Amino acid sequence: MSRKLFHIFNYSFLTLLGLMMFLPFMNVIAQSLSSAGAIDRGEVMFWPVEFTTRYYEYVFDDVSIWRAFSVTVYITVMGTLINLIMTASLAYPLSRQEYVGRTYILIFVLMTMIFSAPLIPQFILMREVGLVNTLWALMLPTAISAFNLFVLRSFFAQIPHELIDSSRIDGCSELRTLWSIVLPLSKPALATVGIFYSVTNWNKYMDALYYINDVKKYPLQVKLRQMLITDDLTDTGNLAFEAASQSVQGVQMAVILVATIPIIMVYPFLQRYFIKGMMIGSIKS
Amino acid sequence: MLRMQYMWKYKALYFISIPGILFFLLFKYVPLFGTVIAFQNYNLFTGFKGSPWVGLAHFKRMFSHYDFLRILGNTLILGIYDMVFAFTAPIVLALLLNEVRLAFYKKIVQTIIYAPHFLSWVIVSGIFVGVLSPSSGVVNTIIGWFGMEPIYFLGEDSYIRTILVSSGLWRDIGWGTIIYLAALAGINPDLYEAAEMDGASRWRQTLAITLPALLPVITILFLLKIGDFLDYGFERVFVFQNPLNLQNSEILDTYIYKAGLKQMQYSYATAIGLFKSVVGLTLLSIANFMSKKATGESLY
Repeated sequence: MSRKLFHIFNYSFLTLLGLMMFLPFMNVIAQSLSSAGAIDRGEVMFWPVEFTTRYYEYVFDDVSIWRAFSVTVYITVMGTLINLIMTASLAYPLSRQEYVGRTYILIFVLMTMIFSAPLIPQFILMREVGLVNTLWALMLPTAISAFNLFVLRSFFAQIPHELIDSSRIDGCSELRTLWSIVLPLSKPALATVGIFYSVTNWNKYMDALYYINDVKKYPLQVKLRQMLITDDLTDTGNLAFEAASQSVQGVQMAVILVATIPIIMVYPFLQRYFIKGMMIGSIKS
Repeated sequence: MLRMQYMWKYKALYFISIPGILFFLLFKYVPLFGTVIAFQNYNLFTGFKGSPWVGLAHFKRMFSHYDFLRILGNTLILGIYDMVFAFTAPIVLALLLNEVRLAFYKKIVQTIIYAPHFLSWVIVSGIFVGVLSPSSGVVNTIIGWFGMEPIYFLGEDSYIRTILVSSGLWRDIGWGTIIYLAALAGINPDLYEAAEMDGASRWRQTLAITLPALLPVITILFLLKIGDFLDYGFERVFVFQNPLNLQNSEILDTYIYKAGLKQMQYSYATAIGLFKSVVGLTLLSIANFMSKKATGESLY
């Protein structure tokens, strides 16, 4: 009996939790498609009231949003490519028995997870090497994440060494072995790590706040943040913004969705891989 | 000699690893040594060599500063809240999810609760600001049904900590369950069968089998969390901050950004950053030592 009661409680609790995760999204979608009047009167809950697409028209007409969007797409594609090349090229040697001293390199990497430098010395370094105010500042300092490096290394280490030995006997160079044997066999791991990296790159905000001060190089998250705080500035704020939209909140919700939809679209692929990736990662520790 | 020959045979492997090693040296180790400017009056134009040494002056200034103690307090309070709620909630949720027998229902719930983890803090704050808005937010609409006045949640010091903690829960509670669910899946079902035979109730089985099986994972995650105790997360707090809630929401990380990059007090901000790292490391060592004594589990 008490068992049954527990199940009723459990299922209702989890359903409620699921709704609490999901309904805010519905609210955002509904507001982005409702008339200014309906939003201001607080009538919009989880379904559009007085349907309109004007906020999206405003968002798609805004050159600065497009520019920020393209910066983000660029750092996501290029940055993830750099991430994968850099991570794989260190993870592979560290996974081979033949690499003498690999434990030292592993400790060298692990240390960076325990000791990390404060913000200012990092900023000074970026300034010294001339990366401040370039898009490289958003890609190079995050080229390898130690966690992803360990995930990839564990995966490479599982590839039977007979396979690698035989390709060597066939006269393959190390690079050739990596390129035509190891990497093709590691597609699932590369996909996991690649997806993790691309989500990080897409969401980059803090690095841009620290290192970028040229408006034209702002990624989408920084632009989005600026638009969200316009709420506080409505009296003094952007008049064109006001006139074009009449509802600041509607525009804000539309931009939120424009910045979220790409992630929602990769999420189904993502989900298949990340659980596997997390498992490999956790076995390590 | 033999060793050199051996290494030469695999020179390509060493060659491939060079860019990665250089990356860690340049971007992780160089700034670590750059932390010495906490003991200088660092000047951007004269550099490390040309800046005068001032010993512990910046640390003294830090502790004598009224604002600093308030900010440290904020950081500690938020850290404790987060430890109490954000750390335990995924454990409870994983136990509940583990009891679900309908596979498709479990899958749907998991899909939904994992999703917010992939949203940036800027977007999470946007959603929260929208939902909590005094004029058009859904929460205030519902409050209105009960005849209450709308509340400007983000415009007051009294709500900001709750908002910070609950937005963290909303974003990461589902994600946090993954590792526990993996550990739960690894428990030998024979144990439960045997307990059943001995007449143990489900609750009893949870206490005697499930929780002990989770303990190693919980300990490791707890230790990792302790090490990051003062790293509450710059982004998360910064995106919710406004002048009206600053009193309770300013933490070390946001203060370092403002004092360091905005006001260019480089050495002072570095001193605070160094203080933060040292406290984190000390907490981690103490917790690690205690855990080794008590449970045998430790990070190192």
